[in-house]
Amino acid sequence: MMLLKILFRNAFHNKLRSSLTILGIAVAILAFGLLRTVISSFYAGVEAASASRLVTRNAISIIFPLPISYTEKIRQVEGVKMVSYGNWFGGIYINEKNFFPNFCVEPRTYFALYPEFILEERQKKAFLADRKGAVAGQKLAAKFGWKIGDTITLKGTIYPGNWDFILRAIYTGRDNTVDQTQFFFHWTYLNEAVKKRAPVFAEQVGFYMIGVTRPDVAADTAVMIDKTFKNSLAETLTETEKAFNLGFIAMSEAIVTAIQMVSFIVIFIIMAVVANTMAMTTRERTGDYAIMKTLGFGAKDITILIFGEALVITLTGGLIGIILTFPAARIFGQELATYFPVFLVSAQTIYMDVAAALIIAFLAAIIPTRHAIRIRIADGLRRIG
Amino acid sequence: MMTEQKKPIVEIKNLYKSYHRASLVVPVLYDITFDIAEGEFLALMGPSGSGKTTLLNLIAGIDKVDEGTIHVGDVDITTLSETELAAWRANSVGFIFQFYNLIPVLKAVENVELPLHLTTLSKSKRREHAEIALAMVGLDHRMDHYPGEMSGGEQQRVAIARAIVTDPTILVADEPTGDLDRVSAEEILSMMERLNRDMGKTIIMVTHDPRAASRASVMRHLDKGYLNHDAAQNPL
Ligand SMILES: Nc1ncnc2c1ncn2[C@@H]1O[C@H](COP(=O)(O)OP(=O)(O)OP(=O)(O)O)[C@@H](O)[C@H]1O
Ligand SMILES: [Mg+2]
Repeated sequence: MMLLKILFRNAFHNKLRSSLTILGIAVAILAFGLLRTVISSFYAGVEAASASRLVTRNAISIIFPLPISYTEKIRQVEGVKMVSYGNWFGGIYINEKNFFPNFCVEPRTYFALYPEFILEERQKKAFLADRKGAVAGQKLAAKFGWKIGDTITLKGTIYPGNWDFILRAIYTGRDNTVDQTQFFFHWTYLNEAVKKRAPVFAEQVGFYMIGVTRPDVAADTAVMIDKTFKNSLAETLTETEKAFNLGFIAMSEAIVTAIQMVSFIVIFIIMAVVANTMAMTTRERTGDYAIMKTLGFGAKDITILIFGEALVITLTGGLIGIILTFPAARIFGQELATYFPVFLVSAQTIYMDVAAALIIAFLAAIIPTRHAIRIRIADGLRRIG
Repeated sequence: MMTEQKKPIVEIKNLYKSYHRASLVVPVLYDITFDIAEGEFLALMGPSGSGKTTLLNLIAGIDKVDEGTIHVGDVDITTLSETELAAWRANSVGFIFQFYNLIPVLKAVENVELPLHLTTLSKSKRREHAEIALAMVGLDHRMDHYPGEMSGGEQQRVAIARAIVTDPTILVADEPTGDLDRVSAEEILSMMERLNRDMGKTIIMVTHDPRAASRASVMRHLDKGYLNHDAAQNPL
């Protein structure tokens, strides 16, 4: 159609202006996409959390432990299918910059509760058989070049001294939203050592990880568990894994909000830039639109021309921005793997990119279109020459 | 030669027009009444600001009268709505402007084709008609050139091709030679003369230039919004 031909050629008629505008949109969409990805990786742990897992911790604070003797009592609560437990170890590998999460857990139950961690059967057996054995995520092992059989020494912060582990298994993720930067070892290994050095701190766990029979009983089960330990020496607080993980993010909520605002400000700025470009472009074409109206073309045709031109510009820029987001996110994710174990451009981010581009085009075109439609032909023609 | 015997194609009766600038009313045309015969080549002359463009725009249906009627053929165009008027213009009027007003991003042949997009002609018919019109103005070899690649005279010839491609009832031209050198101007005028003489096109041309006006069959003068009533028959 003739109108399409005109609007496409109009969009690229002033090459310098079009390229700069498209570049601006591409950069804005790229920035927007990366910021949205930062936000969604904040929530990655929450998203990955299973609805049929509960976390029980000390009601006073996560830093206070619970006695190991609760295991049996929890197992008897209705709705509970499996109970595992563990402690945050907080060990450092060589130096503090190499941070990664490390826990001691009851391994049989823990990995049964986390089917998203994929372990090779032979490696898993070797790990279970070795009390000094450890499991590391694929990304973590790759980062430090660890191989099965390597001895890994962590410097304890909560539990002083150097702790040697032998890497017996490397887990991968069921899909790419699974955090593959964690490190696990046997709870009994830690407990035996603590028993020797400081018996009062032995036989204690930092958290219980509980699998329920069905997701819909999770809430009731959590209440029942807490009721069981009401008025005991260490009262418990049980919540879904999702709520538990959200609790960690709550601390950085202000940062997330700030990033969210910046991402929208970026879009707002580019909207003003594109609106200005469109206003300039259509002003220069006042005579063209007037002649088309003279020839008998109507408001609809003018609208198609101006909206179409704005769409061509913003969608071209938007597409370039979206394409660039993927390699940029990969580099970003590698650099910041410590902070964002899962840094993936989500489909939702892409939808938001496209929506942003469409909104930019629409808002940039609407005022020039109104002007071009309303101006009297005779006045439009006078602008020429 | 007796113009009275020809059936008028345009009949203008008691036409008034003024512009409103802020609270100010600027009267431009007063009580204009005259006919244009079918096949007439009318030159509309007068000093700058006398209302020539305004009158031409009213006849061509791109502006609205305050009072009075304009019949073109059987239609009183002052009664038409905005949309009806647009359709009427597409059908009945060919436009030629001082500054050619071609669409810069369209090639010559595409510019000529443009008005045909409002007709029911097929794609191949549209192209065929556009090529014929371009051949008539002697530019069949410049079909794929953009306006920016052509001289003023050539651009104006493309504009003439665009004006005649729909075979309109009347051709209106506002200072068609105003931006051209002498040689190109003569070329354009000869072309318009031929359209009038050989094809019987009714042409209404606004011009400052007595040399251009001399090519017309009838001259009328506007002065400060009044029509000088004795239309001069061109002696030629
Ligand atoms: N949109 C407008 N608003 C207000 N006044 C206008 C408008 N258009 C034209 N005029 C005024 O109407 C008068 C007639 O203008 P018009 O353009 O018809 O003159 P013209 O005879 O074509 O002049 P020229 O030979 O310079 O083209 C002028 O005084 C002009 O200033
Ligand atoms: Mg004028």
